[in-house]
Amino acid sequence: MKRILMTLPMVVVLILGGFLYWGLNADRNPNEIPSPLLGKVVPEFALDSIDGVGVDGFGSAELSTGGIKLVNVFASWCVPCRAEHGVLIKLAAREDVDLYGINYKDQPIDAQRWLAEMGNPYTGVGSDFTGRVGIEWGVSGVPETFIVSPDGVIMYHFRGPLVGDTALRDFGEGLRRAREQIGQS
Amino acid sequence: MLKYFVLVFTILFVSPSFAVEPDEILDDPVLETRARDISVNVRCVVCQNEPIDTSNAGVARDLRLLIRERLVAGDSNDQVYEFLVARYGDYVLFKPPWRPSTYLLWLAPFLILGGGIIGMVYTLSRKPQKPRDGLSADEQATLDNLIGSNSEKDAS
Repeated sequence: MKRILMTLPMVVVLILGGFLYWGLNADRNPNEIPSPLLGKVVPEFALDSIDGVGVDGFGSAELSTGGIKLVNVFASWCVPCRAEHGVLIKLAAREDVDLYGINYKDQPIDAQRWLAEMGNPYTGVGSDFTGRVGIEWGVSGVPETFIVSPDGVIMYHFRGPLVGDTALRDFGEGLRRAREQIGQS
Repeated sequence: MLKYFVLVFTILFVSPSFAVEPDEILDDPVLETRARDISVNVRCVVCQNEPIDTSNAGVARDLRLLIRERLVAGDSNDQVYEFLVARYGDYVLFKPPWRPSTYLLWLAPFLILGGGIIGMVYTLSRKPQKPRDGLSADEQATLDNLIGSNSEKDAS
């Protein structure tokens, strides 16, 4: 019994040390919200188009056909979205993916002006003025980007702007794995 | 005097401010109370340590309105929670659910308390080493010897 008790401080130190070591991991983001939607079919929704943008609105139906799709949640009032927009334009041009935009809690006229000014990389843009569709997608703040498989399953969820090496590396990795999963290289 | 009274009164009766706006409140007081109960336990996904009940964030307001809509539509409290968890995960609940992945979380306080009690019982049940009364025969002999030799010295 005494022997066991003597090892106790060591055991406590090891357990505590393990937790602290885990907490020191630089890749761990304590603010990260796990996404329960991964591996699930996209939520049921249909968004109207925005006048003057020149592309149609979209919904679950569009996301369930074709190849890999990216769904980007953006708003004209969102500053990081502005920073991200150039990346999206390049991404849509370079990668073999369709990019869809959910215009989150935005005045349609503002969204239209914004896309006219910055360029429109989207295959489809839908107006989510009330933010209800955003909630269906588990959106906590703009911008957010999802990778959707050809049959409409959410494969990856990225919160925050696609700006900077870390973000692009993580997202690229997500896209690569999504392609691997559907057997396309 | 009155000044101090007012000061003490206001300090004693402050109530936390709520973000719920008048246009959100339901006419049915029962449903409204249930909505408030739920929104106190739902985490705002933008300002993460605040419940949506006190948060001014846009998403928090949307969620409060959504909760009320679902209650009006006849959902039970659990159904409303399920709806939110399906979209935002267990993370949105301030009170984590009881399931295999959270067993350790819920049981840890009791395990630590139990460990403490076992340790305490063990420590207390060990026989205390009481000093014996008087000296043993050997010790007495040694002592006598010393005293004896001393007194002999004194005498000489």
